[in-house]
Amino acid sequence: MDQEKIKKTVLLRGIGVSPGIVSGKAYVLDRRDVKALHYNLYGKDVIEREVERFRKALDESEKELLNIKERLGEGEEIGPLFIDVQIMILRDEKFVGSTVRNIRSRSINAEWALSLSVSRYREMFEKIEDAYLKGRIKDIEDVAQIVFRNLSGDTHESIVDIPDRVILIAHDLSPADTVQMKTEKILAFATDVGSKTSHTAIIARAIEIPATVGLKNVSEVVKTNDIVIIDGTWGTVIVNPDPELIKRYEEKRRHYHIMEEDLNKEAPLPSVTKDGHRIGIGANIEFSDEAVSAVSHGANGVGLFRTEFIYINKEQLPTEEEHYYHYQRVIETEGIKWATIRTFDLGGDKFISDPRLAEEMNPAMGLRAVRYCLREIDLFKVQIRAILRASVLGNTGILIPMISGVEEIRHVKEIIAEVKDELKKEGKPYGEGIKLGIMIEVPSAVVIADLLAREVDFFSIGTNDLIQYSLAIDRVNERVDYLYKPCHPAILRLIKQVVEAGHRAGIKVAMCGEMAGDPLYALVLMGLGLDGLSMTPLAIPRIKKIMRESTYSESTELIQNILGFMEAHEVEEYVRDYMTERFPELCPVNYEGLNERI
Amino acid sequence: MRKEENFTLKNELGLHARVAAMLVNVSSKYDARISFEKDGIEVDGTSILDILTLACPKGSNITIRAEGTDADRAMKEFARLIENKFGED
Repeated sequence: MDQEKIKKTVLLRGIGVSPGIVSGKAYVLDRRDVKALHYNLYGKDVIEREVERFRKALDESEKELLNIKERLGEGEEIGPLFIDVQIMILRDEKFVGSTVRNIRSRSINAEWALSLSVSRYREMFEKIEDAYLKGRIKDIEDVAQIVFRNLSGDTHESIVDIPDRVILIAHDLSPADTVQMKTEKILAFATDVGSKTSHTAIIARAIEIPATVGLKNVSEVVKTNDIVIIDGTWGTVIVNPDPELIKRYEEKRRHYHIMEEDLNKEAPLPSVTKDGHRIGIGANIEFSDEAVSAVSHGANGVGLFRTEFIYINKEQLPTEEEHYYHYQRVIETEGIKWATIRTFDLGGDKFISDPRLAEEMNPAMGLRAVRYCLREIDLFKVQIRAILRASVLGNTGILIPMISGVEEIRHVKEIIAEVKDELKKEGKPYGEGIKLGIMIEVPSAVVIADLLAREVDFFSIGTNDLIQYSLAIDRVNERVDYLYKPCHPAILRLIKQVVEAGHRAGIKVAMCGEMAGDPLYALVLMGLGLDGLSMTPLAIPRIKKIMRESTYSESTELIQNILGFMEAHEVEEYVRDYMTERFPELCPVNYEGLNERI
Repeated sequence: MRKEENFTLKNELGLHARVAAMLVNVSSKYDARISFEKDGIEVDGTSILDILTLACPKGSNITIRAEGTDADRAMKEFARLIENKFGED
């Protein structure tokens, strides 16, 4: 009883990747605890029983994997591929044989024998030069973890088996874990690692459960059955809140839900200010089936269809038909008036990518996005062919990421022209009206925006990379992340410059970075003259409401005021104060009060 | 019957896990004993891990051996798979 009382309330800050507030019991999924005990066996019978125990664990592991595969079912976009490979490893006679031999010849327990087998493979894979193939040791290690778990008799470590209605806490979650969450009753989750663009974050948003990641040590601080509050909107986790705090959060949660409902009801209303200024609102989506949720959240179109998922988790490259299938689904979704498909942006901090790229010293500035496409032209052409063919079905744009100079976009245009020729020769139709745009996310592209504007039909500003490159801060380096300021005077000027260059050339300028979906910056971006904003579907209702409740002249006035500031924090504070006072319901509150209490 | 043929891998990622899994499936389907060889190292055609540790990126030259009554049919299936780049492009 006393022990209950002295549980300390702890506030952890991370990155809110999927909005919503939930409080409940924690369930800590800790795979790192599965350690192999080492001991010797004596007697022939004991050794044979150990072999039996190992084989039983293999069977159970296989059943587990088959179970996951079945749950995923047919037609899933992600998942079953890596499971097949894992099952095959489980059945590999060399792998099983060497472990059984280890048990028998060394008279050691199954865990020890298995870890010896894994070490042997680790040594062998170490020698492989090809970075991708070298990385496949991960498949073996993952399989071994499953077997270790089954050897330890712990049946609670699969997502499928954990109790209902818990808040999942983990160091990290694998693709298999997150995919299964779709079918499970997990209220929310929090992890030590991860970023907004990580796999788990994307899935959390897709299935709409609150999530906070990047908490560094949440899996150590929280114990199973602790009460936790997850605020996936502002990225906090409160561990062992006192009753009053829980009450306050319950209140906040109710409030949040009521507001969410109202917002969603109003989501279909037009994005027009009181003085008649209109901004196109698009959704950023990752999977083709998110297009439906984009429409229900009030998007007019898809401003950014990230196509990386078509490649990710696939051991083999997607075919033209696979590409086509996804594009056609998005373009033909009811209520989608236009769809902008971004050609794939792999490399950098984007999950698997072509693992041959992963070894780069500075991947964000490395061989990625359009640079990779221009090197692997055959691969690029497959995607372009599919987009062109699908563009017959509706208003479509192709968006090229990471353009840094005119020569790149010209090269891309040549390739598109070639593909069009090929399609023409084959008698395959493609949309004549398809528009070509580029992402403005490299400082050089801003400087020559006037030249680039002559080459394309539209711009879309990618603020995440633009901020990172222009302020020279690595987004994933927490030692400098305090410098990551969307309202830095330099960033505001860069955006302004791009908008002006685009408008002078008569093309539209949109924004599809995280900044576009942050309610704090809605008026700032409107005042800077952007024609369109594209964001995660969940952010749309708020942004539209802010627009409907303000005027364009108010936003230009705000811009006049903040362009006079010299320091980033002055702008940030001014904008924050202005917006939280003007739209208290719609903009994030700060946590000062809470800090005092803890 | 004993068959032996040389191939050059043309698919983008070489003998990665998924492709290795396909090869294992073919090897296990036939009665013939199948092995793969690269740079003098020969491995069992039914072991996915053996095949992965051969480390064959795009452009690797490999030798496939098949010994048994249906060696000919097995070899033809391998040839087709490799020729079609494992259905990847």
